[in-house]
Amino acid sequence: MFELFGLGIDVGSTTIKIVAINSQFEMIWHHLEPTQPQVGPQVKRIIKLAHDHFNVKNTPPLIATGYGRRLVQDADQHVTEITCHAKGIFREFHQKGTLIDIGGQDSKVIAIDSDGKVIDFVMNDKCAAGTGRFLENTARRLGVDIAEMGAKALSTSDESPISSTCTVFAESEIVSLIANGVALGAIVRGLHRSLVQRIVSMARLVGLTAPIMLSGGVVLNPAVCEMIAEETAEEVHLPQFPQLMGAYGAALLTT
Amino acid sequence: MNYLNQLRYALNVNILGMNALRINRYINQIRTQAGRKWTSEVLSPPLKIAPKTKELIGRHYLRGNFANLSQKVAWVTSGAPIEYLKALGYYLYYPENHGAVCGTLRVAESLACSAEEGGYSQDICSYARTDIGAVLSQSSPIGKIPNPDLLVACTNICQTVLHWYKVLAHHFDVPLILIDAPFIYRGIREHDIAFVKSQLEDAIVVAEQVSGRSLDHRNLSLVAQRSLQATQLWEEILRLNEHHPAPISVVDQFIHMAPIVEMRGEEFTVKFYQQMLAEVKERVRNGVGVVKGEKKRLLWDNLPIWYRLRFMAEYLGERGVAIIASTYTNAWAELSNYINPHDPIESMARTYMHAILNRGTGDKLDVMKSMIKAYTLDGAILHSDRSCKPYSVGQIDQRDRLISDYQIPAVLIEADHNDPRAFSEEQVINRLDAFLEMLDV
Repeated sequence: MFELFGLGIDVGSTTIKIVAINSQFEMIWHHLEPTQPQVGPQVKRIIKLAHDHFNVKNTPPLIATGYGRRLVQDADQHVTEITCHAKGIFREFHQKGTLIDIGGQDSKVIAIDSDGKVIDFVMNDKCAAGTGRFLENTARRLGVDIAEMGAKALSTSDESPISSTCTVFAESEIVSLIANGVALGAIVRGLHRSLVQRIVSMARLVGLTAPIMLSGGVVLNPAVCEMIAEETAEEVHLPQFPQLMGAYGAALLTT
Repeated sequence: MNYLNQLRYALNVNILGMNALRINRYINQIRTQAGRKWTSEVLSPPLKIAPKTKELIGRHYLRGNFANLSQKVAWVTSGAPIEYLKALGYYLYYPENHGAVCGTLRVAESLACSAEEGGYSQDICSYARTDIGAVLSQSSPIGKIPNPDLLVACTNICQTVLHWYKVLAHHFDVPLILIDAPFIYRGIREHDIAFVKSQLEDAIVVAEQVSGRSLDHRNLSLVAQRSLQATQLWEEILRLNEHHPAPISVVDQFIHMAPIVEMRGEEFTVKFYQQMLAEVKERVRNGVGVVKGEKKRLLWDNLPIWYRLRFMAEYLGERGVAIIASTYTNAWAELSNYINPHDPIESMARTYMHAILNRGTGDKLDVMKSMIKAYTLDGAILHSDRSCKPYSVGQIDQRDRLISDYQIPAVLIEADHNDPRAFSEEQVINRLDAFLEMLDV
């Protein structure tokens, strides 16, 4: 049995993630599930799940992050996802650079120095068009499974530009493109381009120091990663578990 | 003005209203001094002068309630040259200050909605919407707003005032004086001053016609002298924040700046700031800081978020963080460099052209840099104000330069000075939390 050293929980708008680390600061266990409306009881259950998994006798330290971090009453500390994502990603890649985190509800660009410290950040928390919600909404409108969106975008080189700067209006634009007989793949590719261009222009606000490191659930989409590399012409690093970087960083902060 | 109206004014304002406000102040002072416990563990008690500030603001609006009975009324923009109006005996009503009062009392949103229902877009400045809403709905927390006999707008703060005051002129059917202040990109040009001076000379003629009086130039010099004294005192008060711990916060500054904006040129305003200076000096002598256990000192850029002043102070105070300097409150201190009572008209032109929003964004950056140095600041919060585009433009570059040149963290928060619908507490807290983590708080 692995020794449980600390726990980090990331209560996001779309999913809740919990990560356990050992005394060598390695990720030894994780759990992820969709966020339910009643977050409080759900969080308690997830923490108990971790305790049961490790059969803990003494409660291990726990740090909470994410939008719902304050709902984690059992946490020893509440830390923002900016600090936690940076901590997690620095542990993964051990270098300075620019972290782009694309979540379900917001996106962030974080400049990290060679000590792993956050030196600057910008957030898009005002407009769904720069977040995972943009792809979620448009996937629903197109009748495409969200998990298939990336593959669909990469299946073609045709691209139909999406000019709307708003998620809601982009949906209307899609309806019109479909009505005009534009191929589904080209629309999906155009949607990805629109999202990525918005995020990259935000990334340029913090100076964009290479390499680019990615985190958050949306970067599991291969088209997003490919287009970020294309648009920035920089080296892009993707961790093994991009969705878990916030929770991992939170767990590392318990040490 | 007939004698009966003068009598009604004297009775309501000088006898009843003023005394009621005075009694209210005494009660507030006694309550404060009688040890009504200040419960905050993180913030120092309010300044002892606070009841006086409240009284002055109350008196100003009380006079306004009855001003149409006794004197001519001019509505003016916050940055407009007013010394000649004061010297001509006008009562001055500032729609922006009234807007701030409505914002603080959390009634700005409903007034803004009245303007929106009247066809004014939500994209218009929330001060303008609050004012137009108050006019259309004829409601205000201050009671009766006096009708204007004259409107005076100066473009040294924004171009919105141009259209806003045209709307007011149309609504009230009164003369409108527009002072066009050329923008200062790099250094002031003498022919620009001559241009503004000639407009002021024309404005004086119109103001004389409306008031039915001739401008007494000795009186104008006296008013200018008082404006100068008040701005010098204000500057001295702000400068006391160079001390550690800082004796006053920007929230104090936002509140206590009211007299210098809307009661400039008055003898009692000068006395008020003399009293305030003495109290702040006493705080410095006693080592009293606005935040107990001050850990970090910050700069604030742009207008305040009026309806969340207390929240910001407490949120930061709990973490040992004090916001002690702001480009906004400093804007009134800067004016002291230009006012010359011996040449009031030309110096009015020079002074009001130098308003912070009438200068290039690089100039504002220089002001911020000098404040960081003078006040030994650890970081900066830049409020990107949806309503105030001239103040917010350039903030992204200014933020970058503060970070690169001074290696201090700087964060941009998005809100609106008067419209709470543009404020998302969760998102603002999230950004501030992350910012404070960068400051190791």
